[in-house]
Amino acid sequence: MRLTAIPERCSGCTACRLACALANYGRVNPALAALTIRGRFPAPGTYEIALCDQCGACAEACPVDAIAEEDGVYRVDEDACIACFECVEACPHGVMFAHPTLDAPIKCTLCEACVEICPRDALALVDA
Amino acid sequence: MLNGYAGTVLRIELTGGRVEKQPLPEKLAEEFIGGRGFVAKMLFDELPQGADPLGPENLFVMASGPLSGHFLPASGKTHFGCKSPASGGYGDSNMGGHFGPAFKYAGYDMLVLTGRAPVPSLLVIEDDRVEIRPAAGYWGMGSITAEAKLKKELGEDFQILTIGPAGENGVVFACITHDFGRQAGRVGIGAVLGSKNIKAIAVKGTGDIPASDVQGLFEEGKKAYTAVRAKPGFTGWTPEGTAGITDWINRVGAFPTRNFGTSYWEKHPDINGAAILRELKITDKGCYCCPTPCGKYGLAKTGLGDVYVEGPEFETIALLGSNCMLGDIAEVGYANYVADELGVDTISAGVVCSWAIECYEKGILDDAAMGREVRFGDLASVVYLLEQIAHRSGIGDLLAQGVRAASQQTGRGSESFAIQVKGLEWSGYECRNAPGMMLAYMTSDIGAHHARAWVLGHDLAGTAANVHELIASSGGGEKLPKSAPQGRAQYVVDSQHTRPLFDLLGICRLQYMELGFEPEHYERLFEKATGRRMSWTELLGVSERVWQLTRSISAREIPGFGRAFDYPPERFMTEPIPDGPNEGHCVTREEVDILLDEYYAIRGWDENGIPTAETLTRFGLADVAGSMDGWACHSGGAAS
Repeated sequence: MRLTAIPERCSGCTACRLACALANYGRVNPALAALTIRGRFPAPGTYEIALCDQCGACAEACPVDAIAEEDGVYRVDEDACIACFECVEACPHGVMFAHPTLDAPIKCTLCEACVEICPRDALALVDA
Repeated sequence: MLNGYAGTVLRIELTGGRVEKQPLPEKLAEEFIGGRGFVAKMLFDELPQGADPLGPENLFVMASGPLSGHFLPASGKTHFGCKSPASGGYGDSNMGGHFGPAFKYAGYDMLVLTGRAPVPSLLVIEDDRVEIRPAAGYWGMGSITAEAKLKKELGEDFQILTIGPAGENGVVFACITHDFGRQAGRVGIGAVLGSKNIKAIAVKGTGDIPASDVQGLFEEGKKAYTAVRAKPGFTGWTPEGTAGITDWINRVGAFPTRNFGTSYWEKHPDINGAAILRELKITDKGCYCCPTPCGKYGLAKTGLGDVYVEGPEFETIALLGSNCMLGDIAEVGYANYVADELGVDTISAGVVCSWAIECYEKGILDDAAMGREVRFGDLASVVYLLEQIAHRSGIGDLLAQGVRAASQQTGRGSESFAIQVKGLEWSGYECRNAPGMMLAYMTSDIGAHHARAWVLGHDLAGTAANVHELIASSGGGEKLPKSAPQGRAQYVVDSQHTRPLFDLLGICRLQYMELGFEPEHYERLFEKATGRRMSWTELLGVSERVWQLTRSISAREIPGFGRAFDYPPERFMTEPIPDGPNEGHCVTREEVDILLDEYYAIRGWDENGIPTAETLTRFGLADVAGSMDGWACHSGGAAS
């Protein structure tokens, strides 16, 4: 399975980002989210959703093989991670992040919290 | 650490550029909750009595609430307060969007600005870093243009609020704009920010908000979203948002039309919610964590040009639409955009424009005074007036003072159709046969605004049903009997506690008011966030305390303040509605007095509408009671 977006349904509320941070870090802080919503205003008045499609570019970029795939999900091994953040640079969708309070990069775990909460059904899980 | 809150008050003395951070006082959070409560308490404690609203001594206060930025439906509200340049008394206004949560993630619950920056400036806040920068290149710019430019300069992830030329020029109904179409519209808050020489505030926050039980709050939040989604209004009300009420309002004869000359307009289908979906809408545009986005963002194509605009929402439809008789939704959208870009409140601006056009029609303001012909139903006339106002050119210098001051200076009977209370222009509900709603406007603490109480369902349909149920009902349309004034005050008082409670918590009331989302959810969410267990009734008690405080601030600041400031405009007491469902009805002065007598008695105020020392003490405001002797209400009266 992988995440997909239907941006024309999005209203930019970003509840998905806060749900992501809560589900993965247990913190009220959307800066820890692994997806982004960008409103394109004043024109053309649309939203862009960037999310992880488990493409694996991060794993390829990791110099210490701290990111590996399991059941279709690339996960960061925080013990092995050396916090070089080359994966953040390499992510083609711009959805891996560093945060000053974390020793390892933020990455989507395909936990589905964003899909569950989206009141607009603008996020979905589809077959990979 | 105070759970639920960011924990810090940010104070900036602009004259000297001094930045100070203080821990949020626990007692303040305990007694006044947040948002509007913080604003009111700060103004009472720190505003120098008699301060000029547009002088450096006025305070500009911004506060979120304990639920702002948390995982629950529509936690994006931010509250602003000041001594209002429109009323001279207590003023507050709030907005949705994403600014309040961002400010909280940056670490702050409240911002207090005092003094005046020596040059036009921007405030840029990025977590701990607080910077006052010159606004070179931004001053004079439109609100939306300035926001777009700042986003490019600072980065997309900054949340930004701006003022337009109207705020720079001291227009007493200048607003604050954020997120390309969200406004803190009322009381001239934009003029107060402009008087401080601040063009914009930008904030980016990457920190945590502490909560008493994070996991519990996450679970309760999920339940709350599920409950909202289960409401019939989730799919029934959301598509059109606030504009969806237009037809019902017209059916029950409460649609302000032709400067409140009547309350019914046959062209309503051309400017209602369906018209927005048909002709303007590109996308729904939601505030922070909102499951029911009322914002409709679109493109308005008119003979004057094409513009992107958020809205129009219902208030704009009523005041720039029917009240100025613009009968085409694209034209209403265009006027909405012009008002937003210039930085004027669409409610007050609509009332001011319609008053000016009526003055012109009656020959009270002639071609020489007006600068050109102005007509109802003419978009170019409305746009001309808005631009004159924002730049204080020609007639705009008079109109920029609001309809109370403008009509007092103009005279010749124009005061009777200056539709305002306490200097604040009336929002989108005609009430000559809705005595409860009339009372709500008369006694709203900031002036004639609907946000404090909304009781048209009680008045005109005999029901406490939520807005979606009213819209979905088939009621109205028929001729309505005259409504008696007796027995209205209690439900107005109740509404005046309920609706502003959301402004204390820092969240949106629409899920509750429009969809009927149960308040019990908020008790649980409040407890999980703050660790404090308070029932909805106890929370309402805090809302009542704040109500007593805001009335006291106006009594302290406004010379001669009291009952005379609670009367509706003369038109509503002497001119029966000429057509529509409420044809022939008005509220007489005697009926107004009945409304006020019943209301003051419930409130514990004297017959002049001033809180008694006993009442204030009962609400934990003994310090307020102790200051009463020096209040301006006891001195010579100014005109109401």
